[in-house]
Amino acid sequence: MARRTGPFIRLRQWRRSSIAPAFARSARTASGNRLPGVLKWAGPASTLVSTPVLTGCSDWQSALHAHGANARAILDLIWSFGAVAAITWLLVMLALTMALFHHRRVRAAPPPLRTDNHQERRFGRAVGSAVASTVLVLAALTITSFFAGKSIASLSGKETLTVRITGHQWWWEIRYPNDDPSRTIVTANEIHLPVGEPVKVELDSTDVIHSFWVPSLAGKRDLIPGRPSELTLVADKPGTYRGQCAEFCGYQHAHMAITVVAESRKAFDAWRSRQDAVAVAPAGDEERRGQQAFLSTGCALCHAVRGTAASGTIGPDLTHLASRRALAADTLAMTPGALAAWIADPQSTKPGAKMPRIDLSADDLNAVATYLGSLE
Amino acid sequence: MSGTTGTAAGQEQDEGVKGVRDTGLEAARRRAYLAHAWQTPKGLYGWLVTVDHKLIGRRYIVTAFLFLVLAGLSALAMRFQLATPEAGHIGPDFYNQLFTMHGTTMMFLFAVPVMEAFAIYLVPLMIGTRNVAFPRLNAFSYWVYLSGGLMIWIAFAFDTGADAGWFSYVPLTGPEYGIGKRPDFWAQMVTYTEVSALAVAVEIIATVFKQRAPGMTLDRIPIYVWSILVTAFVILFAMPAVMVSSTMLILDRLVGTKFFDPAAGGDALLWQHLFWFFGHPEVYIIFIPAVGFVSAILPTFVRRPVFGYLGIVLSLIAIGFLSFGLWVHHMFATGLPQLGESFFTASSMMIAIPSGIQIFCWIATIWGGRPIFATPLLFVLGFIFTFVIGGLTGVMVASVPLDLQVHDTYFVVAHFHYVLIGGAVFPLLGAVYYWFPKITGRMLSERLGRWNFWLVFVGFNFTFFPMHILGLQGMPRRVYTYPPASGWGEINLFISISSLVVFIGFALFFLNILLSLRNGRIAGDNPWGASTLEWATTSPPPSYDFSRLPVVAHREPLWAEPDILPVVEGLRVDAREVLGSTVADAVPQLRVPSADNSIWPLLSALAVGGAFLGSIYTPWAVVWGAIPVSIGFICWFWPKGEPEDEE
Repeated sequence: MARRTGPFIRLRQWRRSSIAPAFARSARTASGNRLPGVLKWAGPASTLVSTPVLTGCSDWQSALHAHGANARAILDLIWSFGAVAAITWLLVMLALTMALFHHRRVRAAPPPLRTDNHQERRFGRAVGSAVASTVLVLAALTITSFFAGKSIASLSGKETLTVRITGHQWWWEIRYPNDDPSRTIVTANEIHLPVGEPVKVELDSTDVIHSFWVPSLAGKRDLIPGRPSELTLVADKPGTYRGQCAEFCGYQHAHMAITVVAESRKAFDAWRSRQDAVAVAPAGDEERRGQQAFLSTGCALCHAVRGTAASGTIGPDLTHLASRRALAADTLAMTPGALAAWIADPQSTKPGAKMPRIDLSADDLNAVATYLGSLE
Repeated sequence: MSGTTGTAAGQEQDEGVKGVRDTGLEAARRRAYLAHAWQTPKGLYGWLVTVDHKLIGRRYIVTAFLFLVLAGLSALAMRFQLATPEAGHIGPDFYNQLFTMHGTTMMFLFAVPVMEAFAIYLVPLMIGTRNVAFPRLNAFSYWVYLSGGLMIWIAFAFDTGADAGWFSYVPLTGPEYGIGKRPDFWAQMVTYTEVSALAVAVEIIATVFKQRAPGMTLDRIPIYVWSILVTAFVILFAMPAVMVSSTMLILDRLVGTKFFDPAAGGDALLWQHLFWFFGHPEVYIIFIPAVGFVSAILPTFVRRPVFGYLGIVLSLIAIGFLSFGLWVHHMFATGLPQLGESFFTASSMMIAIPSGIQIFCWIATIWGGRPIFATPLLFVLGFIFTFVIGGLTGVMVASVPLDLQVHDTYFVVAHFHYVLIGGAVFPLLGAVYYWFPKITGRMLSERLGRWNFWLVFVGFNFTFFPMHILGLQGMPRRVYTYPPASGWGEINLFISISSLVVFIGFALFFLNILLSLRNGRIAGDNPWGASTLEWATTSPPPSYDFSRLPVVAHREPLWAEPDILPVVEGLRVDAREVLGSTVADAVPQLRVPSADNSIWPLLSALAVGGAFLGSIYTPWAVVWGAIPVSIGFICWFWPKGEPEDEE
């Protein structure tokens, strides 16, 4: 299995690193308000999406690499339908070729032939049996498809966990509901689930129609405003699985990806309890300055950081931003350069994204990036 | 036309009969009378007022091909952007407009109109009459179609091109998320083209039912005419659904109705049902005439009547009916009850049966004939090769679980291009090569034709076959870019390069047409030795189509008795008149006056177009627009004080 390693930098290392902020600072002074070219290069261009790898398998999204019961049932269907289709096509082409070349070539247009009844009857029988076999093959395929659908449907009802996904232009809001509403986990663009356990995914949208699709795990399901629906996911083995919005949803439909992290029950529980906690308090001066800038410049109007005054609900919850593997719905890898670049000018990486460019001084920008980078 | 065994309608030239009849009139005088009665004035005015089905059909064909060029160039631009990952040639805003204009134009402004265009040109010639029923409606339909197409492309030029896909799902196109006036232009363009499509459907049905040459009973109608008749009925029942939905959309946007707003009790899914109730039959509106082309071209080039006439006709009718039972297979991912899913899976699979019957009949026809590998036949063979692939992947996507993986991916893009290009455009190009001599009087170059075919055929398969793989590898549709890590880069580059081959192939096609218009070999009446009535008149046909209307005694009239074609006598030649016949047996019934040239269809179309255009900006346009529209229609239908039909 192909393993894709991207320029993933461990968070603990980069938090203390000053490379990215230095870039941002120097670049900032170079050309006032505009996002400087050098930062563009250092940020998005060099770090554009990569799939971070921890353990287990990590394919790019592909229906051909099935790692869950749902996707595997469909992959079997794809192969069997594909084989039947290929054989049928070959037979038809064989018949066509024989029909074309079994007589001698003619040059000029000969006078039209008269049909004779004997030949017509023979053709009638041949066409009749071809149609009959078509009907039989189609019936067999329909039945196969029906049973595959049934086996997929049988996954539901055994779920051990519920994840609620709300589609937004152009990111995924993710909630792990809890009986105690204050302990509901809210995150974005990254789902964690325990390996081998069926997980119920509840889907809804607040703006336009999206479609949740993680091909390695399951077929897609639309998120239609006003029509909640659900899907059952099972991952067979640990790994990260990429998914992408599959229903055209506007400007940045191309950059609306989601990562599913399947891990052992133990690792999952550990992740959940970390996510359950409020955000870490700023550890140093830079972080404190960053938090202050974050709260005072408008970031907090849209974003929430639990444990602080920031409680916006328009954009993704950032309480544990740095624990995620990617930024902006898997548009950028989670690196300091990318984070700073994203905050400095979201519109150059993801034109049309709802996040506006906020005028921050170079120092504030670096501080905010450092602060957010500390929110593990 | 040779031989004159006069029969049928009103033979006797009674004393006191009004007008000059063709009975006993010598050929030269008859033609002079007819030419005068059916003439189109010269110059611009004549161009604007004509109701000649051949002039309008030709104009329709040319316009549709111009839209094909525009839509094709948008596709090339998209392939340029997608050739490499994270390319920055085209941003999302423009890309979204490009793919929307591509799809919208191909479906609404090219594929459907071009099929109608050929029908307008060919049907009267193939059934042996002098014009379509409702000739002015025909002129009107062209002007409405032209203004709809111009409107959406001019809007595009001003950065107001539709940008939410040819399906324009709400809420993305709704009042809240639609960008500027873009969805409004889309919705009104749909209304324009649907009005024109419905008008043509009505003409075709009336023409085929009531104006067939005497003796052309239902079982002697050429299969192409059957196919276009079925298509007309499908248009009649499918198009209103999309007109209703596009009107509801514009009402939601313009006057604040809430049809599609879930927050106010509307339903976003309603749009999809209405749209696909039209949208799926739409595919067959394009496909059925195309298989009609195949059934017309094939017998001529294998020198044998088509095998299984009845089976093919019944298959066409079956496809027409079944096409209304599969719309939900575009919506499998929305989540349906399992019973509903199974129903639509079964019905989607079922439509493979009538398609299969036709393929088998064609192969039998070839088997029993002696193929001549001229360009039209090459396109028909290319059609069978590719369409079978498209049909089989169609069976794949009919399966609900399978569809949930490939829906909205490049697999589906590959599938429907195999069906629409392989299944409809190949036969269409074959039809151009086949009927160009009839329409222009000159042959297209065979040499260029072969180059044209092979480049388009090979380029097409290289462009679209790899898309199946891309789709299975997880590449979604309608993305303006993709990350390098996806691994989709190589295939995309290959596809983009192949698309250039298709482009060159089409360039040769247009070059061939331009060169042959001037220098092509003179065709003669029946260059292919074909069997149907359109080849019984001159190439190009005179304004009155046939100097005497033929009488049909056989399914392949020009093959049955190559030297003799019986004709009708007793029709007026000093005024426009066609022969009305009974629906089933084509027994002559009436002499029906045929409408003369008029400027009012154009003026009415302008009034209607103005009202539609205005309604993008204010609902009052509907109210005030009704006034010029009514004036236009009143003048158009102003009674002449002459008797209508005569026995």
